[in-house]
Amino acid sequence: MEQLLELFYQHREFIFIIILSVFLGVEVISNVPAILHTPLMSGANAIHGVVIIGAIIVMGQAEPENYTALILGFLAVILGTLNVVGGFVVTDRMLEMFKKKEKKK
Amino acid sequence: MSAPLLELSYLLASITFILGLKMLSNPESARRGNAIAAAGMFLAIFATIFLYEDANNQKLGNYVWIFGGMIAGTIIGYLMAKKVKMTAMPQMVSFFNGMGGACAAVISFVEFNHVLHQGTTPSPGLATVMILGLIIGSVSFSGSMIAYGKLEEKIGDKGLPFNQIINLILLGALAVLGVTFILQQPPSPVFLYIILGVSLIYGVLFVMPIGGADMPVVISLLNSFTGMAAAFGGFLYSNQAMLTGGILVGSAGTILTVLMCKAMNRSLMNVIIGSFGGNTAGDKQGSHGTIKEISVSDAAILLSYAQKVAVVPGYGLAVAQAQHVCHELDKLLEEKNVEVFYAIHPVAGRMPGHMNVLLAEADVPYPKLLEMEDANPQFKSTDVVLVIGANDVVNPAAKNDPSSPIYGMPVLEVWEAKNIIVLKRSMGKGYAGIENELFFHPKTRMLFGDAKSSLQNLVAEVKNLS
Repeated sequence: MEQLLELFYQHREFIFIIILSVFLGVEVISNVPAILHTPLMSGANAIHGVVIIGAIIVMGQAEPENYTALILGFLAVILGTLNVVGGFVVTDRMLEMFKKKEKKK
Repeated sequence: MSAPLLELSYLLASITFILGLKMLSNPESARRGNAIAAAGMFLAIFATIFLYEDANNQKLGNYVWIFGGMIAGTIIGYLMAKKVKMTAMPQMVSFFNGMGGACAAVISFVEFNHVLHQGTTPSPGLATVMILGLIIGSVSFSGSMIAYGKLEEKIGDKGLPFNQIINLILLGALAVLGVTFILQQPPSPVFLYIILGVSLIYGVLFVMPIGGADMPVVISLLNSFTGMAAAFGGFLYSNQAMLTGGILVGSAGTILTVLMCKAMNRSLMNVIIGSFGGNTAGDKQGSHGTIKEISVSDAAILLSYAQKVAVVPGYGLAVAQAQHVCHELDKLLEEKNVEVFYAIHPVAGRMPGHMNVLLAEADVPYPKLLEMEDANPQFKSTDVVLVIGANDVVNPAAKNDPSSPIYGMPVLEVWEAKNIIVLKRSMGKGYAGIENELFFHPKTRMLFGDAKSSLQNLVAEVKNLS
């Protein structure tokens, strides 16, 4: 129990951010129309590509002779970039179609 | 100077993520929202590369590797995203999601090796975060890859016998392994490999039995998993941008999942346990009445001499990629002064809203697409309804059979129209695995065959008539 309390105290700021972000996330996208579910999912998908920051840090901190870390880090950077670039581009392509329709309206 | 600047960049990035997500949920601003979030991501990434310093004020190294990876990832990601067909969008989303999950899992893995390398034991808190990141990331990766394979139709909807029980056992095993690992002093790397393996298997078995229209729900769920994995990464590196970005997506993804379930009148539990799909559903009445077939030429005549025609596009249309032919038929009919409109159910297609994207791609004019609420009052004055590959979204049982599993789901009331032509490959059931009374309805006639070739035949026949 004491350990848990200690853990909470050490990370209290993060825990606050997490709780507030959860509510924010829920608040921000409630009431979206069903026609936007696909692009929204894809856009959210691109945002979680922020995990690439972790990959960059891992890569940047690896010792130059630690090849396992270098190769895995390199892989992580590629995967993360795929997630970010692919996610945003795909979302943009989908939303482009929606825009075209509005013009004709 | 660099640390405050870095934190400021992260703050800005977090704001763009929130703004971007908010704007994405409105059709007017969605595209700009996406661009804003992308700009924030760009800022966060480059700020990290150039400004990040560790506890000893040491800057990052290995720039060649970092940029090499980023350039490779950008080229591959860009090409894939540009080349993918609109019909294949859901699997592409799933694929990119899997990449994010894998990235999170690899990070946890490397970080753990890094800590062990230094000969220190991670604190229980840190170990928990790493293990959770590893588990959730790997589940998200293997699950998304299976989802990708299924939507590409490379993998069928097969589950093991007692799949749910096996899944529960695996989940229990993961919990036990995880806790043991955290409490070990010092932790053994072997456990890490076992946990990685079990997580990957769990992801596969979790998605394997789920199929049909339940897939988007699963993709959305996996999406929020990856968000959580990214947030654990944020915890690991005390990184605010990762934390807020990840959690935002995690919670938004969960809500999106729930919204989708609601649109189908299904509970999340139902989707995951899968009591709905396939053979378990309550289909006790069996078939009733007779079905009537219609020939292509009769259908063409019926359509050509109608005044008002409604098209109900569904999953089958998307699978056959028949949206272009469908629009061709629509144009031909318009030339004959037939009024044509499309009735779109919110969950038509392979993902909610996917049908709108597909029809937009085929240049179907926007005013012709009617949402369910606007389409339903129109059916009474409609002469012919053309149901193309849609099944459950036009099932009258949702309205009048309280014993039906889809009872209460909002549907398109096509049976109000004078004639109904159903284009269907065979008498197979929809994802709900239940019989559709519409097919036995006195007004309904069936046109069997692949949606695309049936439509092509119709187009040819309609042309012949003039």
